[in-house]
This record gives sequence, C-alpha cells and structure tokens, in this order.
Amino acid sequence: MSKKFWEKLPAGSVVLEAGSAAKFKTGGWRSMRPKWIEENCIQCMFCWMYCPDMSVKVNAEGKRAEFDYEYCKGCGICALECPGKKGVKAIVMEEEGK
Amino acid sequence: MGKIVAVTGNEAVAEALRQINPDVCAAYPITPATDLMQRFSGFIANGKVDTQMVLVESEHSAMSACIGASAAGGRVATATSSQGMALMWEMLYIAAGDRLPIVMPLVNRALSAPLNIHGDHSDGMGARDTGWIQLYSENAQEAYDNTIQAFRIAEHLDIRLPAMVCMDGFIVSHSIERVEYVDDDKVKKFVGKFKTVNPLLDIDKPKSYGPLILTDLYHEYKRAQHEVMTKVADVVLEVADDFEKMTGRRYDLFEKYRMSDAEIAIVVMSSAAGTTKDIIDEYRKKGVKIGLIKPRLFRPFPFKEIANALKKVKAVTVLDRADSFGGYGPLYYEICGAVMSLENKPLMINKIFGLGGRDYLPDQAEYVIDELVKIAKSGKVKTIKEYIGVKE
Repeated sequence: MSKKFWEKLPAGSVVLEAGSAAKFKTGGWRSMRPKWIEENCIQCMFCWMYCPDMSVKVNAEGKRAEFDYEYCKGCGICALECPGKKGVKAIVMEEEGK
Repeated sequence: MGKIVAVTGNEAVAEALRQINPDVCAAYPITPATDLMQRFSGFIANGKVDTQMVLVESEHSAMSACIGASAAGGRVATATSSQGMALMWEMLYIAAGDRLPIVMPLVNRALSAPLNIHGDHSDGMGARDTGWIQLYSENAQEAYDNTIQAFRIAEHLDIRLPAMVCMDGFIVSHSIERVEYVDDDKVKKFVGKFKTVNPLLDIDKPKSYGPLILTDLYHEYKRAQHEVMTKVADVVLEVADDFEKMTGRRYDLFEKYRMSDAEIAIVVMSSAAGTTKDIIDEYRKKGVKIGLIKPRLFRPFPFKEIANALKKVKAVTVLDRADSFGGYGPLYYEICGAVMSLENKPLMINKIFGLGGRDYLPDQAEYVIDELVKIAKSGKVKTIKEYIGVKE
C-alpha cells in the first residue's frame, strides 16, 4: 500500500535539507527600504556585520555591494549602525513603494 | 533473582537511572522529586555514571536543555513534580512534537493554590494532552520497573516519543518498601545502546529542528503524531514481554484484579489501588462480586481493552486523584469514552479523593463499594460526581 502524504513527512518536522531557508523569500515583508548611497560609504562593513539576515552583499573584491532585496525585511539596523562619511549616512530608510 | 532491598520510590528510580546511565540530565529541584535527582547527582559526583548533569535556573530551562540534548543525539532523562512540570508546560509539547525520547519520572504532587507539597495527580493529568507517553506506578517496584521499560518504549524506532513515569508523591516516593532490583548488566542489555535519529551533532548532514509550519502542513504533522500514539500500546506490550522474561514480573496496559466474574468495578490509578485491593478481598469474602482496574498506560489510553474488561459489569466507580473543576475527574472521562463502544454500558460514577495528599483510607473504599452494590441493585444513580474523604 502506498503511503499517505502525511506519512511521508519527516518525523518531528525536522528539516533535513541544509540551507533550505534560501527558498523562502522574505523581502515581501518589507515596508521600509534601505537605500545605499555609495559616495558616502567608507567600506567599514558595519552593515554587513549587523544585518540579522544575509541581505548585505559583498563583491568578489571584498567590497560592499548592493542589498539583496529578496531577503531584506527592512528592519533598519544597517541604517542605524552606518557611521557614514563625516556623519553623512551611506544608508537611509525610505518608505517602500514611494 | 536480583538484589532485594528496602528503599523509597525515589531511591529505586534513581537506581534505575544509574543503571541506565543517560548521556545528559538537566534538572531543577522540586519537592518531592528533589530527593530523586539528589541521589542521582550523587552517582554522578561519585563517578558511578558519566552523565553530563546540567544544573539550570528553572524547570522551563531543564526541559529546554533536555530537548536540545536529545535533538543533539543523546539519551536524556530528567525528573520533576507539580509546579515544576507546570513551568515546563510549553516545552513538554515541543519535546513530543519534535519526537524526542526523553524519559522523565514525575513524582505526582498537587498544584497550587493553596500551596501543597503532597501527592495527587493534578500535575500528570494537566500534561494529558502534551503528547507524552504516561505510565503510572502503584508502588516503588512498579516505578523502578516502569522507568527501565520507559526507555525502551520511548526510544523504540517506531515511536520516538517522550515518556513520563509517574508515582505518587511521598506515598510512594518517600516510603520505604521492598524492591527487587535487576542486575546492572541485565538492565544495560535490556535497554540497549542508544540509537540516534536525525542528530543535530551529525555535522556532515546539517538539519534544523523546530521550523515554522503554518496552515499548509501543521494539520498533517499532528495527524502523523496521532498515528505514532496508536502504535505505542503494542510496543508497551512487546517491552513488557521482554521484561517478564528477564524478571518474571508481568506488566500490561492496565491491571485487572478479580475482574473475571465481577459485577461491579472500581477504576483507580497508582498507590490507592493497593488499599482498594485489600478492601475488595474483604468484600469478596462476603460474596460481593467486585473487581478493580488499575490503568498503567494512561497516554495513549487503552480504550478498547478497558471496554472489553468492563463489558459484563453493571456499575463502575472511577476514583480520580485530580479534578477538572466544572467537569468530572479526568480518569472518569477516559473510562466513559471507553465504555461508549459497549452495547450494554455500565452505570458510571465518579469520586474525587485524596487531593493534596489527603489519606485514602479503607473506610472510603468501603463507602464506594457499599454504594456500588446499591446502584447495581437499583439501577439508579443519585449523584454522578462526589468528593469523598471530605471533612464535613
């Protein structure tokens, strides 16, 4: 007899596939959008360190790259922590859809 | 035959834990379970076991640490009572939902308020719906034997569910009784080596425990959890068969006492069953055809088997050492659920007794039997639910 759908679920709802959270795109939760202003960026990488997800990307040269908006939920921690250049922020929060 | 000793229930269960030597034990002291874990931590301090003891700041943390250790891939045990288990409450559901075979002796004690440290079943009954397997013990011997069997049941590859081994606080946990121990090597062989299932510490195969599962799959996971519970009774009996081969002591899903020709019956769990059996013997001498059923496996509840045992009985009194305020006692509901499938249903009466450690005395059993005799004769029930042993 073939197993029913629910009989094939892994016991205890254990997720057996590593890194499967990448399949769940959470950017749609965002109401505030961080905007990166490259000329004010001093490459301190605080935004990369503080991001609770992995939404701040780094390029092949090890430099700060664009946000990954498929996962950024717009929490604003990066904008808060950004020291900017001489006090002028390199990350600002803007209302989504504006 | 194993060594015969005079020990308390707590001492006997601590001895079983020593023989089994779990990998991790996270616990927090609470009367009357304190003495159990104190003895077990003595075994750790004296190098008798190599269990990693995690001393935590609350029972919520104790169960959380047990869940982590069990998911990591260890054999895990803890023990608690009353308020302690109440504080574990949300974690109990997680242990069961994650299918982690943690074994926990529960020394049954009343719940506050008013504050009381003595034995009743309020704590265990409150955990009825958590998804844990529950075994109830009449005396220290049963508590010891059930603890050993609980590891085999919980860890069975078809089951993988946490299990509670219940015994009455103070009445059993602190009373010295004759107990026959099983030899260390026999216990170790009986319980066997712990087999891991999806251990977190297997770093070559990373995995996650405790995901968010919403309307799309939660219902299916619960359906699967229910299915596992339906397989527990067979495993309990299989383990009981092996235990009987090892010790000569027979366990079942419930105990039937003088039931073969019984016309009336009492259903009662744990230590009160002992007193009741003595009084049943006296009434049997007078020609009263009375028997007793003592459920051992309370979760999952053996509805079919208990219905079968009660099919020829005219009237049943269920004695509950816990109450559902505004409802009937929890055991009463189970027995009513069981007899619903019978064509000839017995008359059902519910008595609440022994709350907060109030002594259950022979005269209470006599009162119950005298009433049962009258009810069986007249076919009439005056009061369905009544407190007995109350100062009036």
